[in-house]
Amino acid sequence: MVRVLERLGHTVEFPPGQTCCGQMHYNTGYQAEAMPLLERFVAQFKDAEAVVVPSSSCVAMMRDHYPKMAREIGDSKLNEAVDALLPKVFEFSEFLTKRLGVEDVGASYPHRVTYHASCHGLRNLGLGDGPVRLLRAVKGIDLVELPSVEVCCGFGGTFAVKNADVSSAMLADKTAAILSTGAEACTACDNSCLMHIEGALHRQKTGVKTVHLAEILAGEEVAR
Amino acid sequence: MSGTALDPKTAPLFPIAAKIAMGDAQMRKNVRHATDVIQTKRARVVAEMPDWQQLREAGRQIRQHTMENLDFYLEEFERNCTRAGGVVHWARDAEEARRIVVELAKASGSDEVIKIKSMTTEEIQLNQALEAAGVHAVETDLAELIIQLGEDRPSHIVVPALHKNRQEIREIFQRKMNLPELGDRPDDLADAARMYLREKFLRVKTGVSGANFLIAETGGVCIVESEGNGRMCLTLPETLITLAGIDKVVPRYQDLEVLLQLLPRSATGERMNPYNSIWTGVDVKDGPRTFHVVLMDNARTEILADEESRQTLNCIRCAACQNACPVYRQTGGHAYGSVYAGPIGAILTPQLQEMHYAQSLPYASSLCGACYEVCPVKINIPEVLIHLRNKVVKQNTAGVAGLFDVEATAMKAMAMIFRSEKRFRAAQRLGRIAESPLTGKDGWIGWLPGMLGGWTQARDLKEMPKETFRDWWEKRGKNGN
Amino acid sequence: MATETVANSARTEILRRIRAAKGGDSSAASAEAGWAAIERKYKRVSSRSREDVLELLEERLRDYDAQVMRVRLDDIATTVARMMSERGVQRVVVPAGLKMEWLPSGFEFVFYSEDADRRNGDSGGDALTAAELDGMDGVMTGATVAIAETGTVVLQNTAGQGRRAVTLVPDYHLCVVQVKDVVETVPEAMERLKGSATLATTFVSGPSATADIEMTRIKGVHGPRFLDVILAG
Repeated sequence: MVRVLERLGHTVEFPPGQTCCGQMHYNTGYQAEAMPLLERFVAQFKDAEAVVVPSSSCVAMMRDHYPKMAREIGDSKLNEAVDALLPKVFEFSEFLTKRLGVEDVGASYPHRVTYHASCHGLRNLGLGDGPVRLLRAVKGIDLVELPSVEVCCGFGGTFAVKNADVSSAMLADKTAAILSTGAEACTACDNSCLMHIEGALHRQKTGVKTVHLAEILAGEEVAR
Repeated sequence: MSGTALDPKTAPLFPIAAKIAMGDAQMRKNVRHATDVIQTKRARVVAEMPDWQQLREAGRQIRQHTMENLDFYLEEFERNCTRAGGVVHWARDAEEARRIVVELAKASGSDEVIKIKSMTTEEIQLNQALEAAGVHAVETDLAELIIQLGEDRPSHIVVPALHKNRQEIREIFQRKMNLPELGDRPDDLADAARMYLREKFLRVKTGVSGANFLIAETGGVCIVESEGNGRMCLTLPETLITLAGIDKVVPRYQDLEVLLQLLPRSATGERMNPYNSIWTGVDVKDGPRTFHVVLMDNARTEILADEESRQTLNCIRCAACQNACPVYRQTGGHAYGSVYAGPIGAILTPQLQEMHYAQSLPYASSLCGACYEVCPVKINIPEVLIHLRNKVVKQNTAGVAGLFDVEATAMKAMAMIFRSEKRFRAAQRLGRIAESPLTGKDGWIGWLPGMLGGWTQARDLKEMPKETFRDWWEKRGKNGN
Repeated sequence: MATETVANSARTEILRRIRAAKGGDSSAASAEAGWAAIERKYKRVSSRSREDVLELLEERLRDYDAQVMRVRLDDIATTVARMMSERGVQRVVVPAGLKMEWLPSGFEFVFYSEDADRRNGDSGGDALTAAELDGMDGVMTGATVAIAETGTVVLQNTAGQGRRAVTLVPDYHLCVVQVKDVVETVPEAMERLKGSATLATTFVSGPSATADIEMTRIKGVHGPRFLDVILAG
């Protein structure tokens, strides 16, 4: 992601104190434990011009829940800070397509690839066809449509462990769909989905791997 | 009589019930086929409506407004229904509702009642109460008939026998209707049901129904159906008893213009379902001479009291969420241990149980949001699920026993790590150390202990990267780029 | 004040719970204001030409396997004869108030009257029990309103349409819909029905159907399996 942004001429900073957006806790029912993580995020990033996140589920967490959480904490300064910060927070693909208005980032990735629409990116962030447009502009890519592309991969955070059987069944459908495309790799905007999917692709010894959208966009043609 | 009723108080935890359910390959195939078909049909008829989103928003506002003025509208309904000759009863809970309906049924002088499919009557296990009082309840909805004769339980709000295919249905009808020669084409099966039930329709004196909508402004009741058995039960008997949750009330007649567009398209993917019946009180020349409505609370006021999950009551029972849910698709409805299954079941059932039971249901979801996308009245089910998870955690961590909750301890520990950069880095280092005995030569972990073993059941886990982003970034900084 | 009965106490308790849950009572005024504030940006009026609306109704009715004939008002009787012959129907119930000039000769029309009290066993020659209705070949009625968008015909307990059982028990229903009673949308239909909202009302959208067996839509479980519509005007 850093490589792509720098290629496009931007300066990237990485606040080393950042840890986690709190989604895992919040979604599992541990709202109280997630509150300090919100405060930390705001403290770390409040002075940024733009915050780019390679994870649609994290951004969804912030957009959907941070305002409400801040109100619950009850600190008016925090409320203001959250309201001021959130418009500056972007998921990586939407930063490129919506904020910067670019589709061609000068990438090269000569492989057969299929794209999985992560639920948070699809439904919560409304990424639409942004990621696909970015992929289509990649040099040499052979992009194949994934059947049932909008169906959840079954990760769901702690769901994957608390309801392992159902999660695996959902994953089996997703991997079957991926294998049916003949793709060498499956991509998405969320590492949680990809970790989940690759876990099964590897266990089944399919030879198919997963690669984050940012890695594809970072791909450069080897100079001859 | 149905088999052991789906009872949230005794149902196994969802992960266990799901595992058992998924072992039934035929059921899974049937569920997949059915949900695929309805989803496709729904998508087609919704695509025809350029004002679909405006309808959804109006639906949401109508329902929300109703709940905000529920006391007013219930009183208005009671007034208008009574004025038109109906008798209105109030039931605080399932037990009271059962008692009232059984008394009314017995008072009607019939030892048999014909029933229209009603999830509300299933919710309170009415049929068993009637049987115990010597009144035989005959289900007349084809799916419910299949369920009843097959001694089974409903698995879907709109298509309760969706988990059965034609061969299984034929087998049930052959046995119970004594039709050894019966074919298995859907037409044959429908014919068999028609003959079997027609005799009852023309003879039985008492009918029992639920209600889709109670119209406050007019005192009218609306039933939405497909087969015509509803019309039979509503017009031919002498006595009609209608059971409705207090959440069924709708402010004005005009509001049906929204709900009758949202419901059929969402529930069965039709522009309009075959029959809607609206009747008001009693007209002795057209339908029953005696009409009773039983308004039931049964914990709905508890849900009303929780501002964050109050939207659960907005549900119009279309089951579009069930059809869209990737979890339901895998497990079918019985795994939820309640007549309300799928996404709506995951939020409604625990709340109807006042959070004393069915606490595993809010976790029976990957929070994918497909349900919210299709809900015709825009219930934000994922948000309610998260809210209920919080309630469950608070319950589990309350008091002395709560201090020993394993999951909570782990979550608190992780939260501590995430609150500090130093601890986070240390955890990353520790993670690499801890995983190294589990990591294979190719950099993958095939087995994890304890709770985490759920992951490695079907998946491998990649080892942590040898160089984390943090390491890479810092190295880069030192080298100037 | 009289001692509260159990019934009353349930009512009082539930209303009390509701008010406690919401944090207050609702009044007619607050309900009125809240209801008026509901945003209704969905389609509420027709956007098609009259001819298009009528064609749409025909199309949507046919989608539900109903047979539709579009005729002039003075051709109704001959069309009735034709459709009933095609169906092989001879003995048909007719609710009081249906226009006599719509009925052709050569068939047995059994008039049904609201006034006879059938349950007391006094059939008065005109009323029909459910069992008698069951013995008819079919029923013929008019309609109150028809909705083009959804292919729906709405019947009410009124002249020419009769009590509900009359269009339910016989296996064949022939329905005459006048062009002036056709609207495009559901909101327009509810508007037309508002004035008679408390009459027993039935929305019919195609013959009886079920999709409970493997999701295949099967015609005709209960209710008339055959529906013919004459669109006249």
